Amino acid sequence: MADQTTNATTDVGEEASAYWSTNIRIIKICLVIWALVSFGFGIVFRPLLTSIPVGGTDLGFWFAQQGSILVFLALIFFYALRMNKLDREHGVDEE
Amino acid sequence: MDQFTLNLLFVGASFALYIGIAVWARAGSTSEFYAAGRGVHPVTNGMATAADWMSAASFISMAGLIAFTGYDNSSFLMGWTGGYVLLALLLAPYLRKFGKFTVSEFIGDRFYSKTARLVAVICLLVASITYVIGQMQGVGIAFGRFLEIDTTYGLLIGSCVVFAYAVFGGMKGVTYTQVAQYCVLITAYTIPAVFISLQLTGNPIPAIGMFSSTESGEPLLVKLDQIVRDLGFAEYTAAHGSTINMVLFTLSLMIGTAGLPHVIMRFFTVPKVSDARWSAGWTLVFIALLYLTAPAVGSMARLNISELMWPNGTSGEAVSVEQIESAPEYAWMATWQKTGLLDWEDKNGDGKIQYYNDANEELQAKAAANGWEGNELTKFNRDILVLANPEIASLPGWVIGLVAAGGLAAALSTAAGLLLAISSAVSHDLLKGQLTPNMSEKSELMAARLSMAAAIVVAVLLGLNPPGFAAQTVALAFGLAAASIFPALMMGIFSTRINNAGAVAGMLAGLTVTLVYIFLHKGWFFIPDTNLYTDADPLLGPIKSTSFGAIGAAVNFAVAYVVSGQTKETPQHIKDLVESVRIPRGAGAAVDGH
Repeated sequence: MADQTTNATTDVGEEASAYWSTNIRIIKICLVIWALVSFGFGIVFRPLLTSIPVGGTDLGFWFAQQGSILVFLALIFFYALRMNKLDREHGVDEE
Repeated sequence: MDQFTLNLLFVGASFALYIGIAVWARAGSTSEFYAAGRGVHPVTNGMATAADWMSAASFISMAGLIAFTGYDNSSFLMGWTGGYVLLALLLAPYLRKFGKFTVSEFIGDRFYSKTARLVAVICLLVASITYVIGQMQGVGIAFGRFLEIDTTYGLLIGSCVVFAYAVFGGMKGVTYTQVAQYCVLITAYTIPAVFISLQLTGNPIPAIGMFSSTESGEPLLVKLDQIVRDLGFAEYTAAHGSTINMVLFTLSLMIGTAGLPHVIMRFFTVPKVSDARWSAGWTLVFIALLYLTAPAVGSMARLNISELMWPNGTSGEAVSVEQIESAPEYAWMATWQKTGLLDWEDKNGDGKIQYYNDANEELQAKAAANGWEGNELTKFNRDILVLANPEIASLPGWVIGLVAAGGLAAALSTAAGLLLAISSAVSHDLLKGQLTPNMSEKSELMAARLSMAAAIVVAVLLGLNPPGFAAQTVALAFGLAAASIFPALMMGIFSTRINNAGAVAGMLAGLTVTLVYIFLHKGWFFIPDTNLYTDADPLLGPIKSTSFGAIGAAVNFAVAYVVSGQTKETPQHIKDLVESVRIPRGAGAAVDGH
């Protein structure tokens, strides 16, 4: 790991706050997608998607019963990968 | 070999396996009892968490609720999976970094207050006990079916088994047993679904089969919509309920998922912060295997049941009483009648059983013309659908035995996990943390076991007169967890501004409004006939009691924010604690808080 200098504390403080604001940004993006596929496509915007047929019904129904779950999975794995990378970039990983 | 012996064989063999593992991995110290010594791999942990999570509500009850309501109950599917996104992004890694054993320990330390910890314990107990009621319902139904007795006796026998099983080991025993239970329950859920999907659509993957065409070339969902419409029921794929209620219900289930102690506790048991992130993902993979199949099980079972009741089509003659009593494909009806959860009555004495929606005006006209005197399939409890499903589709006997074992695995694993959360709340947080700090390890373990026994007695008493179908009872527990625990945890991590007074006021406000709203609709302390309102005509417009958790959570956030603004600022050492929780570096092994 990096050498500890006398001003290490301030560096660590700045590094930590840059890390945290990037994390918050990633979380916000993920949560927008999370809400869009479930509450959006699955429920509120379903009437707008009725013109797109999926196996005997419409896209909104598919999102409510299948699609949203698949997107949730992708979101969690994306977040884990992205954050583990971010941990290393900012030197806050667990060795 | 008859079906009863076959069921007994499958259930017996799976139990022998679980008990064997529990004995092999028996907990020795308190740390092993609660958190398995933190030596659990993310994939293993994910599988165990999935088993812990998928309870009688997911396995036994959910597909039945979807089958009889259709699209409107998609909330269960989105809510109970979407919560993992919140858990993975907002809570799991930080709580792991914090490194204590229980949720209330985090709340007590972050809000530097014994009162906050006590309030958190109370919230946990209220949510967990409500949850156990739902589990015991499922246990009662599963035992009732496979022993072919009334569900009340099933419940009593089942509760003894659950207790004996949970008391055996702590988290460590439970973790490895739950891996075995996951394997049993997912096999039991998937195999009949694959068979049925092949029968109906020729596609071996139920999640795809559901959107495929039947033999006649007509899409399965179109055919289903047509049949249920003919019988006067609401169309399967269309939306009927209030959009606001559906959004709030889904949100309550999601937030509740991220606020339930027995799920959060799981993320304390992984070795590293990065593992906590992965673990949430793996858990959802294992959960999704069942959740993607569940809507297929629901729609296909609804189609099969409707066709069995109208073997000559909806415009032909209904099934005759004689057929139900003698034909092998109707044998399941007689077996389920014994549990008291399924019944029929030839009201007009024409020797046939007409199944239709007698509240529908169009159908009332048709009934008058044909001499029907009301729906004659008088009772069909939604909770029996998954367990009866292989019998309804005339699948081989071993599949039926496997499903019985799977249903019990689901109910048992969650009941055990919840009892563990309850016992750790009482013995670790309440007694050792607050009342008798000098308690020895031995008496702590004793207190843990005694509180399990007390919790199970309460759950059985309330489970005899449950406030809804199993998944609905469980949904109430999620509302309570959503309104009380989740906001406190989230604010504790993402805001340094929320102080001790704010957190305590927020949790109390969220819990109280939600509990009162539920009791107003479901009866005080779930005692029947003490309710002032019903979910058919709720107090606040379209908002049902199961959907109120999201509003309770909003109340919690608002109260905490306002009270924190009016009281003394959070001290510096707590702000430092929050800063340290936010970065993974330095996450050591967790320590006992005392």
